[in-house]
Amino acid sequence: MERPVAVAEHAVSVAEPEAKKRRKPFSLSRAASYLQALPLWLVLGFFLLLPILLLLVVSFWDYDFSGLYPDFLTLNYEDVLGSWVTWKTYLNTLKFAAIVWAITLFVGFWIAYFLAFHVRKATTQTVLFLICTVPFLTSNIIRMISWIPVLGRNGLVNSTLIQLGIIPQPIEWLLYSDFAVVLAMVHLYTLFMVTPIFNTLMRIDRSLIEAARDAGASAFQVLWTVILPLAKPGMAIGTIFVVTLVMADFSTVQVMSGGQSASVALMMKNQMSLLQYPAAAANAVVLLAIVLLMVGGILRIVDIRKEL
Amino acid sequence: MGQKRGLGFYVLATFFGLFVLFLYGPMSAIFILSFQGPSGGLTFPLNGVSVHWFFNLFEKQAVGDFGASFGRSLLLGLMVMAATVVVALLAGLAFRRKFLGATPLFYLTIASLVVPSIIVSLGIGVLFQQLGIKPAWYGSGFGAHLTWTLPFGVLIMFAVFNRFSPSYEEAARDLGASPWQTFWHVLLPMIAPSLIGVGLFGFSLSYDEFARSLLAMGTYNTLPLEIYAMTTNVTTPVLYALGTVTTLFSFLIIGGTFGIIALISRKRTA
Repeated sequence: MERPVAVAEHAVSVAEPEAKKRRKPFSLSRAASYLQALPLWLVLGFFLLLPILLLLVVSFWDYDFSGLYPDFLTLNYEDVLGSWVTWKTYLNTLKFAAIVWAITLFVGFWIAYFLAFHVRKATTQTVLFLICTVPFLTSNIIRMISWIPVLGRNGLVNSTLIQLGIIPQPIEWLLYSDFAVVLAMVHLYTLFMVTPIFNTLMRIDRSLIEAARDAGASAFQVLWTVILPLAKPGMAIGTIFVVTLVMADFSTVQVMSGGQSASVALMMKNQMSLLQYPAAAANAVVLLAIVLLMVGGILRIVDIRKEL
Repeated sequence: MGQKRGLGFYVLATFFGLFVLFLYGPMSAIFILSFQGPSGGLTFPLNGVSVHWFFNLFEKQAVGDFGASFGRSLLLGLMVMAATVVVALLAGLAFRRKFLGATPLFYLTIASLVVPSIIVSLGIGVLFQQLGIKPAWYGSGFGAHLTWTLPFGVLIMFAVFNRFSPSYEEAARDLGASPWQTFWHVLLPMIAPSLIGVGLFGFSLSYDEFARSLLAMGTYNTLPLEIYAMTTNVTTPVLYALGTVTTLFSFLIIGGTFGIIALISRKRTA
């Protein structure tokens, strides 16, 4: 960011005394920034900021089956914070986030590491990276339900294991279980870890690694003291993606657990289908606070604007 | 880097291979199962091979109307694509200079990415209800999708302009080009491949979106919402046939886009 701005300012200061004719476009370009930023402000203001502020207000409202009534009740929050079921749901969601985060970080780092340091030809690198990226641009639900014929009672895994004589009867916990939820989430979200880590690894100056090696560092020491610290920003961005996606997930939990597990977003979705908007809004505020705290904590470690 | 491949390479290459299998394996399972015979079920083995379920897809369904919802998703995807490219490009240009409110706008964009989708959906649903406007896919749904596609578009534009040397524009300016000419003849052609990439993201993310759409689409569902509803109440391979068709469509879009980008790059180097 810094360089283009500095150069642009320099260009302005040089150009100004030079010719009067040029002045007009440049003063116009000051206003241009605001005009160019306006559409983004408008869209995000109306469809993100305003709805969230409204939810904050509505979370204090009263409601029944026929409508919402403006009020100032703390009842919705008492329902959220005072019920053991809700606490368990929040803890369950955090549990999914922690497990999926740990797995995606491990898998994501090694995939990115392989692509960045072991694949030598740039074309091969691009092709392999695209192979990893393409599923991200296809439907999440389809990718999720594609596990059903693989993990099901008569699915591929079970029937193969039985045919090989490894197990006498199908394993029941492969599908419709917490295991299935975690597996599907790892399947859906690992990409969000691979991409930012790959991006940071590609920017590591290779001479640093050579220098470390010349100074007598072993392969492990290079990895641990040079590459890993430099990869932290990418890991942080990946973490933001994965954690927020898991915290917001309702469909994977619903479909893959077969209704046996719960998440905060799934609880909200059920409240929404019962038109209990203020109750869902109170949950939304609590969930949003948790997610923003997590993201804020991660952002203290890394400046994302530098990493783009 | 040494010339000889170490043990680490083979271990990681195997790991990478398994990862790709993990990514694509299940997808190929539903691809095969969508050719299930008419009496076949949701799991292996195949009970004969047929295209029965693909024809079934086009017949009148007990649940959902795929043709119409596909049409809506396609049109909405194109609208979101166009809006994402324009708004993200403009915002990217704005962020090249310092301006008042740049930092809050940047954080609002990041927030758009990290705020749980279902909260966006609920918020927009309640907002439109309170305003007394009926939610519709071309209104509230369109906005809901933009909150998902714009942060990606803006971040890509950030990355593009961070690597873009201003010397090209300076050169054009020195040769007497007006700001508009500099933009149209120098800047735009140079970043065109990235803009096509932003368009691909905009379309694909919208075409597959459903979490933000829950309360925002109104009476008429988009395709992902239809599929989501199907997961709970359809027990025939027609679900897989639909999955195969829509995934192939996505592949077609992705392949076509990369083809166009490659063509532009080749023309430029030639």
